[in-house]
Order: sequence, then C-alpha cells, then structure tokens
Amino acid sequence: MDLVSYEDALASYDPVMGLEVHVELGTNTKMFCGCATTFGAEPNSQVCPTCLGLPGSLPVVNATAVESAVRIGLALNCEIAEWCRFARKNYFYPDMPKNFQTSQYDEPIAFNGYLDVEVDGETFRVEIERAHMEEDTGKSTHVGGATGRIHGADHSLLDYNRAGIPLIEIVTKPIEGAGERAPEVAKAYVAELRELIRALGVSEARMELGQMRCDANVSLRPIGREKYGTRSETKNVNSLRSVERAVRFEIQRHATVLKEGGTIVQETRHFHEDDGTTTAGRVKEEAEDYRYFPEPDLVPVAPSRDWVEELRGTLPELPRVRRRRVQADWGLSDHEMQSVLNAGAIDLILETIDAGAPADAARKWWMGELSRRANEDGVELSALAITPTEVARVSALVVEGSLNDKLARQVIEGVLGGEGDPDTVVEKRGLRIVSDEGALGTAVDEAIAANPGVADKIRDGKVAAAGALVGAVMKATRGQADAARVKDLILEKLGAQG
Amino acid sequence: MSDLTRLTAAETAEAVASGKTSAVEVAEAHLARIDAVDEKVHAFLHVDREGALTAARAVDDKRAKGETLGPLAGVPLALKDVFTTRGIPTTVGSKILEGWIPPYDATLTRRLKEAGVVILGKTNMDEFAMGSSTENSAYGPTGNPWDLTRIPGGSGGGSSAALASYQAPLAIGTDTGGSIRQPAAVTGTVGVKPTYGAVSRYGLVAFSSSLDQGGPCARTVLDAALLHEVIAGHDALDSTSIDAPVPAVVEAAKLGNVKGMRIGVVKEFSGEGYQPGVEQRFREAVELLRELGAEVVEISCPSFTYALPAYYLIAPSEASSNLARFDAMRYGLRVGDDATHSAEEVTALTRAAGFGPEVKRRIMLGTYALSSGYYDAYYGQAQKVRTLITQDFARAFDQVDVLVSPTTPTTAFPIGERADDPMAMYLADLCTIPSNLAGNAAMSLPCGLAPEDGLPVGLQIIAPTMADDRLYRVGSAVEAAFTARWGHPLLEEAPSL
Ligand SMILES: [Zn+2]
Repeated sequence: MDLVSYEDALASYDPVMGLEVHVELGTNTKMFCGCATTFGAEPNSQVCPTCLGLPGSLPVVNATAVESAVRIGLALNCEIAEWCRFARKNYFYPDMPKNFQTSQYDEPIAFNGYLDVEVDGETFRVEIERAHMEEDTGKSTHVGGATGRIHGADHSLLDYNRAGIPLIEIVTKPIEGAGERAPEVAKAYVAELRELIRALGVSEARMELGQMRCDANVSLRPIGREKYGTRSETKNVNSLRSVERAVRFEIQRHATVLKEGGTIVQETRHFHEDDGTTTAGRVKEEAEDYRYFPEPDLVPVAPSRDWVEELRGTLPELPRVRRRRVQADWGLSDHEMQSVLNAGAIDLILETIDAGAPADAARKWWMGELSRRANEDGVELSALAITPTEVARVSALVVEGSLNDKLARQVIEGVLGGEGDPDTVVEKRGLRIVSDEGALGTAVDEAIAANPGVADKIRDGKVAAAGALVGAVMKATRGQADAARVKDLILEKLGAQG
Repeated sequence: MSDLTRLTAAETAEAVASGKTSAVEVAEAHLARIDAVDEKVHAFLHVDREGALTAARAVDDKRAKGETLGPLAGVPLALKDVFTTRGIPTTVGSKILEGWIPPYDATLTRRLKEAGVVILGKTNMDEFAMGSSTENSAYGPTGNPWDLTRIPGGSGGGSSAALASYQAPLAIGTDTGGSIRQPAAVTGTVGVKPTYGAVSRYGLVAFSSSLDQGGPCARTVLDAALLHEVIAGHDALDSTSIDAPVPAVVEAAKLGNVKGMRIGVVKEFSGEGYQPGVEQRFREAVELLRELGAEVVEISCPSFTYALPAYYLIAPSEASSNLARFDAMRYGLRVGDDATHSAEEVTALTRAAGFGPEVKRRIMLGTYALSSGYYDAYYGQAQKVRTLITQDFARAFDQVDVLVSPTTPTTAFPIGERADDPMAMYLADLCTIPSNLAGNAAMSLPCGLAPEDGLPVGLQIIAPTMADDRLYRVGSAVEAAFTARWGHPLLEEAPSL
C-alpha cells in the first residue's frame, strides 16, 4: 500500500488524538504488598502471596503510591477525588496473577486537569481527563514462534517481579486543533509529562526501561466535520521520537484507507521502531468486556482536603517555569535553549552543575561530545552509560589541569565503554597530563638535542619554529603534556622570549 | 481422666493448665476419636497427626518451663479447609486445588498457633464454600452425627460434624451466607459469624470478599467466646479488618443475663416454608427469653425478603472474579499440558475439570451479572438492596438490643434430597443472609429438637455491628436456661457413633 503523503493527509483531514501514558512509580515497594521493586532482579525473586495472587492473599494500598498519585494530579491541575475506590478489571492473561487487574474505573483519584506544552514557541493546552492508580502486570517472554507473542510460541516464561508495581495511568481528553502539528504536540506532551514526573521525583520515567509507556489513539475526520472518526490505538510506544513517528504514520495510514474508500477498524496496533510503521494486533472475535466492579478487598481512598493542600504546598517548580529560569540563568537564546530541550539535556546539565561543574562546561559536554555519541548510537542522552556526576568529574579534571580537552574526550570514551569511572579510566589508560617538570624537562632536552637546527633558529629569535619542537615533545609524551607549558619550557631553555 | 473428648474447650484448657492432663494426652484422645468415627462421619479432609502432636508437645513444654499459657492452650481444633496452612494441604473442597501446599499461614491460622491451639486437621466443606449441605465438596459428603444419612449443613459441614461427633471441642468456620450458623443449627452446636472485619480474611481463600467472615464454632457459648477472642482483632494485612478493640465477648458469655434487654422477633422470618417443629421450638425460645426478663417485641424488616436474590447476585459476581486466578499457571490442578494445547486451552481444560457444577453455575451467574449492559440491573440493584437491608437493621437496632429468628427454616434434610434443586438448597440460608449483606454479627445455638423428626433446631441471635458481645450475653443466658430445663446439653441426646 502506497501511503498518502503527510501533507496530502492534512489537506483533507483533521487529526484527533488521545494519549494514555502509564508511569511506573518509583516507590520502594509494590502497590498492594511489601515486595521490593528493584529493577533487573533475578526473575520471580521479588514476589509474595499477594503479588503472585495465591489463594487467600489480600491487597493493602501503598500509601506512598497514593501520595504520588495525588501529587501528579495536582501538578496536572486536576481535581482530587474526595473519595474514590479501586475496581477490578477482569480478563484472563497468564502474566496477571489474579486474572484481574486492580485498577480504578469510574472513580479516578484525579480528574479534569490540563498540561500546557510548547511547540515551536507556541503554547498548546492538552486537557487531562483523568489520572488513576493501578498495578502493573508480570512480564511474559514468549520463546519460539515468529512473532514473539504468545500465539505460536513454543513456551512462555513468566516473571512476576513486575506484577503489582504501582502505575499511574494518565489519560488526555481528545486533543483537537493541533492540525499538522499533531505528531509534535504528542511528542511535546509526553516529553513535558516526563519532565513533570521527574521534577515531582515520583519516577525516573525512563521510557527505554518501560517506566513510562505511551498508547497513542489517532482518528481522522474530514476537515470541517464535528464527529470523530474511528480511532486506532497504537500500544506501547516507548520513546519520544516513536510517539511522533507513530502518530504521523497513523495519520497517513488512516488517510490512505479513507481516501481509497475504506473504513478504519477500531483496533490496537503495534509500532515498529525499525521502519516507523504500525501493524494490527490480534483481531478479537468479540469486544472485551472487563466486567469492572468495585474492589471488595480494599477500602475507599479518601484524601483529606488538608492533606491535599499540604501536598500542593510541596509541589516543585514546574518544568516550564524552571526552563524559563534556566534559560535566563545560562543566558541562552531561544534557539540554544530549544536544542538543549530537544536533546533532553536540561536535567542532565543541571545535575552535572549540581555535581560541581561550571555551567558552560556542563552544557558543552552534554550538548557537544555526548550528544554526538548519543546520535551515533541512536539513543537518548539519558541512556548513555555516563552519569552527570561522572561528567562533572571529567570537567573538574580539566579545570584542575590534569586533562586537556582531547584527553577528556578519551576519558569519556572509556567511561561510555564501561571501563569504569573517570578516575579509573585516567589511571588505566595513563591519560594524565605530564606536569612533572623533571620528566617534561628531560623530554624537552631530548627534543632540543634531536633537532639542533630547529633549536638554533629559535635561539636566533625565530620563536615560531618552536612549534616543531612542541610537536616532538607532545609525541614523546603521547599527548599527555600541556602544550603551552612545553612551549614555555623550550623558549626558556633556549633563552628566547615568547 | 474420663473421656477427654467430652470436655468443653474451657474445661480442657483448665485441665491442661493445671496439669490434670497434658496437651499431648488431649491431642491423642482426639486423634483416636477421629480414627474411630471419622470413616463414618467424614468431617476431615486432612488430619495433621504430626503437626497436632508437635503443637501439643510445645504447649506441655511451655507449661513445664512455668510459662503462662493462653486461655485455649492445648485445646484441639478442627480448621475448615478454606484457611491456608503452611506446609499442610488446603483444598477448599475443590479438585482444582488438590495437592496445593500453601507457602504461608492465614492470619487466623497464625493466631491459633500462637495461642497454643492444637490444629488437628482440615475439615470438609462445600467446594469454595458454595453450598448449604457439604454435598458440593469434591471429596464426598459429610454425615450429620445426629443421622449420618442427613446433611451436617454447609458450607462448613465438616467443622460442625467434627464438633457434634466429639472429634474436636473447637472448630473454625467461615460464613458468607450462613455457612457457620446453618451447620451449627442442624448439628446442635454453636456457631458465630462475627461482625464483618472482626476476623482477618488474610489467608481465607475467597468466595465473596465483601461477605466472607471467619468465625468460631464450638459446643458451648463460652467456648465460642474464648475462640472468638483468640481469632479476632485488627490485621494490617487485611484492609477491611476493623481497627478497634474486640468486644468483650468472654466477659459477656460469663455474664449471661438478658434482664432488661429489648429483643426483637423478625416478623419476616416465619410462615410459608418454615417447618412447624422449627417454629414451635423458636416460639418456646422467645417465651424463655421473656421468662428470663427480656422485653420481646415484633420487628418488621421488609427488605429482608429481597436478601436472597441480592445475595445470589453479589456473591456469584465477586466469586466469578475471585476464582479467575485458578488458571493452572502457578499452582493446583493442570490439565492438558501436553505440548499440544495453548496456555488458554490449558486454563479452560483445567477449569472444566477442576470446578464442580455448583461452582461453575455461580461463576456463570456472576460473569453474567457483571457484564456490560447488565451490571446496573443486577449487581447495581443488588447493592441497593444491600443498603436497604442495612437501613432496616439500623432502624431495628434503634428499638431493640438484639433480633432473634430461627437460624434455618428446616432441620437437617437427607443427603441427596436437594442436590438437584439449587433453589431449594438456597432457601436454607434465608434467615442468615441479611447479616452477611449488612455485615453485622449473628450467632446460632441449639433451642431443642423438632418434635416431628427429633433433629436439632437453631436459634439465631443477631446483634449490631461491633456489638458481638450481646450475642454471647443473650446466648449464654439461653444456653444455661435450656440446659437446666433439659437436664443436660442438647448434644447428649445425639446417638452415639
Ligand atoms: Zn508481593
């Protein structure tokens, strides 16, 4: 199928989006039991009767998760329910221990909010329908078969460490009026939400680890028509770039189907990172009926107004506000600030500064060398194997004169390559600038002795000729000498003035 | 000592504490009794000989060291097979959990162990506590010690039969719609459904979460009170557990006085469907209360007539969800895992083979009642009825201290009589269900034998939420007066096995 171009699609149709974002909260324990939530633990090592759904087990609500939910709701300008319940969402799947998910249905803890996002300097308001609490499922790995899904697999492995990890699902109202900017608005919304979640400190919201996952609903309607078209739901779009690509692809795909006189099927779709397309999920024979009903094993959650106001008082500076402040502090142009934001570097730079690096150095490393590496590897900056503290250390070594920029880049390469922290890499690779005057003096003497002609020229006042000797010394010290210092030494020894 | 199996729990505990006997002797006597009669009665699904003797030995050791013993230390108990027991099979009367050894103790199990109660084993029950006769057990029916061809009530028929046949002086039941009280009534024993939330449900394999409540079963009101105090109390692992002091039930049982109390007779629990002998014994019990100094009035609770249909929507709805976890993936039965079936098929085959007909009937009922488009008409309406029933109780308890009624409309019916007629079976819980829907406390205790069949009749006492002590106060007064009138406890009239 040849896709209609994006421009042609937008010429005839108006896209409407709905975004559902799941955020795994960074609580120490699970939503309904005391099990640890450490990422990457041995499979099925962080489980108990409750999160395994053993007969007789019961849930108890994690108070920290409720607090996080309320803070997220407040930060999204939502109303907070005075009284709300959990509900059971009933469906069978092997990675769900009870074969129902404890979630919230018609009584979410937070509702009716909004989040302002900026696209090309313009503010776009995304209305929030609701934010509710629920538990994550376990994780299935399907072995054998072509698709990596349960159908056709030889066998499946189940890890229930993730089962019961607290999730907040944030659902937007239909996002209308974004027009051709719909994909960018979607991306900006998810990016802004991620910033907000991080600023609240309730989750690291690392999409590449599945800590934040986005489902994107897209529908098209002929321009000028009120009624929404049929939507498709693209599941688990797991990077900012993918959100934008998936929305864009779905707009083109819908337009193509509609232009050929076809109808859009309401279905879930899977996004493919490699070619940026989506394909239909398994077609269900009948509509899923989750048979929601209030969870009888839990008592209602009733956040007192005083507590809610107390939490409102603890909200951090919101990302948008902070961005404006940072831009002013750093004296960046809009354009420069935009590149920092696009690179997802603002937190990393701030953390690097917090770890002791000068602001311009922190920005230089993240926006320069590290952005280049991230681009090469096709990953987000935050996914690089280097921490802000390590970048700050590299910067400190440059400031104290132990490294020059060239050596510092080698240190970063070593850290990214898993050779250890900056000091370890310096040590292992022997990268420290040679500042030992004795060793340097010997190297200079040797260079002068080896190049008598050049030395004579310098003695005669041809200072420019010193470059050749500096080069020889640098070569001899494998680049680990401070070139300026070497030049001074040469001139000094040959009685010439710089 | 004379026959240790004939002692009450209070007497047994006293005898152990004073050294007149040892906990091991008591346990051995009961294990011997089980060996002698349980082949006929079939009260137990699993007898934990080893565990019982170990627990008894620990009590004796404690005493030998001069440590103080709890009020029920060394007393044997029959535990309904619906509570998890670490290392001991827990089947819930179902094939689907055959062979499952729980890795954890229910809170109730833990409390019993900590109190030095000696758990003899796990008792038979209707599968997943769904039934009123114990005929729905996947492991065969239990006989009523009064007449082995009759039902011992249900779902906790194993526990009531164990008490009535002197295999244990104490037992644990769970009451979702009457599963403690109806078996107590038809076996001439005492059973209490405490206020919902009084006894932790952690480790109670759920049938209907908003209705299930564990409670004490015994041969005397005082024994039930002693057990009540051991098992009740707040549990952080059960969100619906009540965080308040347990009412002083033992004190109330020792007081046993109804003078000046106002007692209401529920008008709706009489008439059509009630066995004449049951009504007669109930009227005599009411008369007795009057003689003991209570003021008796008639109370109408009109919404109680909708309790049964509301219950049969709410309980199956919750059950359909609670029982979804039995999918063959993690524990219990697994059918069709032969590399030719998908996971989905293995789940379906296992559930088809592992659940009995009544469980399947209720799963289907509940699934239907919760379906989109039907939810409001069924589950939603039933919740409204529940509210009305709670309001009727509240109005009634504005006027009286406790309500009384027959526990069950008839005496024990013959095994097989209602097996193919679920509606007739459901009627057994007509008088008990309202208290489950409203969450308040209720007790059943013997009030005589029906003249027409010579079988026990139960008197139900109903108290407001968290006023469980009133049950014991009234119950022990009635028990004392009847025992004096009969010259002995009612159970002594049961045929010897
Ligand atoms: Zn757990």
